[in-house]
Amino acid sequence: MVSRGFFGRRLAPEIAERIPPGQYLERGFPVLTAGPTMHVPPEQWTFTLKNGPRPIKSWNWDEFNTLPITTMTRDIHCVTKWSKLDTEWEGVLVDDILADAGFEPSTEYTLARSFDGYDTNVPWDDLTGGKSMVALRYDGDEIEAKHGGPARLFVPHLYFWKSAKWITSLQFTSRDEPGFWENRGYHMYGDPWQEERYAGD
Amino acid sequence: MKDSTSPGRRWTPAIVTRIERRTPSVISLFLLVEIPGSLAGQHVDIRLTAPDGYQAQRSYSIASAPGSDELELIVERLDDGEVSPYVHEFVQPGDTIDIRGPIGGHFIWEATFEQPVLLVAAGSGAAPLISILRHRLESKSGSPMLLLYSARTWDDVICRDELLDIAKLDSALQIMLTLTRLQSTRPADFNRRIDSGLVEETLQRWGHIPARTYVCGSNDFVDPATTALIANGIPAPSIRTERYG
Repeated sequence: MVSRGFFGRRLAPEIAERIPPGQYLERGFPVLTAGPTMHVPPEQWTFTLKNGPRPIKSWNWDEFNTLPITTMTRDIHCVTKWSKLDTEWEGVLVDDILADAGFEPSTEYTLARSFDGYDTNVPWDDLTGGKSMVALRYDGDEIEAKHGGPARLFVPHLYFWKSAKWITSLQFTSRDEPGFWENRGYHMYGDPWQEERYAGD
Repeated sequence: MKDSTSPGRRWTPAIVTRIERRTPSVISLFLLVEIPGSLAGQHVDIRLTAPDGYQAQRSYSIASAPGSDELELIVERLDDGEVSPYVHEFVQPGDTIDIRGPIGGHFIWEATFEQPVLLVAAGSGAAPLISILRHRLESKSGSPMLLLYSARTWDDVICRDELLDIAKLDSALQIMLTLTRLQSTRPADFNRRIDSGLVEETLQRWGHIPARTYVCGSNDFVDPATTALIANGIPAPSIRTERYG
């Protein structure tokens, strides 16, 4: 149904084709978080890979920073409707974390967990093959706390709530377990190009 | 929980019944729409469609109480926005807008929650908190509640007279304003941005420790406000935030 008198703001075709349905182009970097901004000093930051409740390997900040660093420049898409293009992140690919831990996963599902208790589920296939990293730097600088620093998950091909801020662990789970927003009406998978915003989409 | 937080899946046409100016930059849009019942604090998505099929979506908080005949959305005009200037200038009663929702299962308050609640808002961030206060009134909740509301001037306080009237009749509800540009006509109100000292004085006057705190506004407001709350001993996990970018 056409909205009387609405014409909208058009983008150049080469930009428009990068904006998923229902999203708009954002040039700033909005902050969306369910609670207060966490301030985690790097010296208190740890990251643990877990198989169910059992820790496989833990790294502190210095140890984690010795792992191979990769740069990913990607478009990001927040379920609150903004998309930001060509964001540049540096961090450790989940592939390289797994290699350092020398672990062979036996399930297809994971839960990423944050220092503030937030969690979100991401299928293992969506984390490997160069598709995701634990990001340590944004735009050439350390990641600001409000954007998830010192370290956040970065899974740019899914809505950005999957890219958990202040990440502290990645846990293999035997089933696909919903996380914080997935328990509150949001989609279990969250593909922006399929507009999988809410449960039932 | 599951049903009330699962949004209506389909886009549903909503008829604009009336438009009310709330402040110089804010209007209320009243809509007749058949969507599942909302919880206080939730939002909806709206979708506009151009003649060639181009569409734009945005989210707006619901200000009406759950169960209201009409859905009230608070829309602040953002001069560089794509959607809000259109809503302010072109939308008229009788127009139809596509709606989907209600959405959100975290920034919500239910009358069954009887412990003290602190509500903190700036500008149009008051919208979901107005829904909470209206729901509180309708459900005759007697739980201690305090609204701390930051606005530029007296005339920028959305639903000001209604809110102050509600508080007059409800001894367990307090409203404190802080005006950042012009002095309030109420002597007890503040006249500066929310900081740690202001929160401390607010909590002392109120005499309660909030079991839950809801903070809503732009991120430039929410971040310092939550920092001030935490500095006053309010535990971070008890603070729920809704940020407008």
